[in-house]
Amino acid sequence: MPEQTILRTCAENLDYGVSVEIGATPIRLRTSSPAFFRLLEDRYGGFLGQAPKPSYELDVELHSPTPNSPRADLEVSRNQNVWRISRGDFWAEWDTQSRRGHVRQSPNPYSIDTVLRILHSLVLTEEGGFLVHAASAIRNGRAFLFSGVSGAGKTTISRLAPPDVTVLTDEISYVRKCNGVYRAFGTPFAGELARVGENVAAPIAGLFFLDKGPENRREPIGDSAAAAALLRNILFFAEDPALVQTVFQSACDFVRCVPVSRLVFRPDPAVWETIV
Amino acid sequence: MTNRYIARSPEIAARLLADEMIIMSVRDSTLFTLNPVATVIWQAADGSTPLREIVERKVCAQFDIDPGAACDDAEAFVAELASHGILFLSDQPIRDLATPAKAVPVEEHSWAR
Repeated sequence: MPEQTILRTCAENLDYGVSVEIGATPIRLRTSSPAFFRLLEDRYGGFLGQAPKPSYELDVELHSPTPNSPRADLEVSRNQNVWRISRGDFWAEWDTQSRRGHVRQSPNPYSIDTVLRILHSLVLTEEGGFLVHAASAIRNGRAFLFSGVSGAGKTTISRLAPPDVTVLTDEISYVRKCNGVYRAFGTPFAGELARVGENVAAPIAGLFFLDKGPENRREPIGDSAAAAALLRNILFFAEDPALVQTVFQSACDFVRCVPVSRLVFRPDPAVWETIV
Repeated sequence: MTNRYIARSPEIAARLLADEMIIMSVRDSTLFTLNPVATVIWQAADGSTPLREIVERKVCAQFDIDPGAACDDAEAFVAELASHGILFLSDQPIRDLATPAKAVPVEEHSWAR
C-alpha cells in the first residue's frame, strides 16, 4: 500500500459521521459510505454520542477487500506528532496536535476496531490509564476486573455474573484515572461472549487474576507480583521507550491503589459471592 | 572476588514496591523482580562502588548471610542481569552509561525471579 500523508485532501465527500464514545473519549469517524456508516452504528450502538467537540476525528477511506491478512504483523510508529499504524488489512495515521487522522481499510468492522483500540491505548497511556486483557463488571457501584490470558476464564466469569451485575466487557477493560481514582469503563470490545459491554463506569474496587480450580477462593498478591502480572496483560502496541516507561509506572501506581488478588474459581455462579 | 563494578542501564524502568524491585527493559519489555537482597545490590549499583564493597557493607550488614556465599551469589546475580542488558558490569569504574554491558550468560538465579 503506498505511503500517504495525513495532510492529503480526501476527494470523497465524507457526509456520514458517528461519534464513538468509549471511556468518555469521543472519537468521530467520518465516511462517504452509507453502508459503512450503518455498520458503525450497529457495531458501536451503545457507545454513540453527540459530542460537539470530539477528542479525535478520523476520516475513513474505504477500498475493496484485499487478500491481505489481518494476521500480518501490526506496525506502530511515531514521527514527532504523527502516529502511523498498519497491518495487512488497514493503514492509519493521526496527528496528536491537530487530533485528526485518516484510516484506509475495506468495509469491515474488525479493522476500525483495531484502530480504535490502539488509539485509545495511546491516549490512555498519557493519562496514566491503560487497556488490559480483562473482563470487568460493576456490582453495588464498584467495578471489578478479571484478568488473564485466553482460556483463563474472562468470558466464563462474565457469563456467571448474577442479574444485578453490569458487565462492562468480557475481553478488554478500559482503565482510566479520573481525579486520582481508577475507574473502569464499558467497552464494545467483546470476546467469546460476543456481547458488547454496557457504556457505564465505576471506581475500581479490585483486580483479580483468574485461575480455574476445584473451589472458589481468593488469595492476595504482593505488589511486585501484581505489577508484573498486570504488565503482562496490558495492551500496548508502541515500542516508544518513553511510553513504555509511562505504562510501567502506571501499572505500578495502579497496584498501589487497587487491591489485587488471585481468584481461583470453578465455573459456578457462587464464585460471585467470593468476589463481592 | 575480583573488583567488579556495576551500574544500572538507563534503558530500564524500575520501581521499588514494598521491599522488592521490579524492573522492565524498555527495549524488549522483559520483566524482572528482585528479592530484598538483590534489591539492595541493585540500588547500590552506582558504577563506582566495587561489588565486593556493596556485598560487605550493604548486604552482609542488613542480612544474615555468609560473606563468602553472598559474594558468589552476587557475582552470579549481576552477571545474569548484565546478560539481559539491564546492568552494566566492568572490571573498571563505569562512568559512561552508554557503553553496552558485556554479556555474560549464566544460569537462572534465585535472586531474580
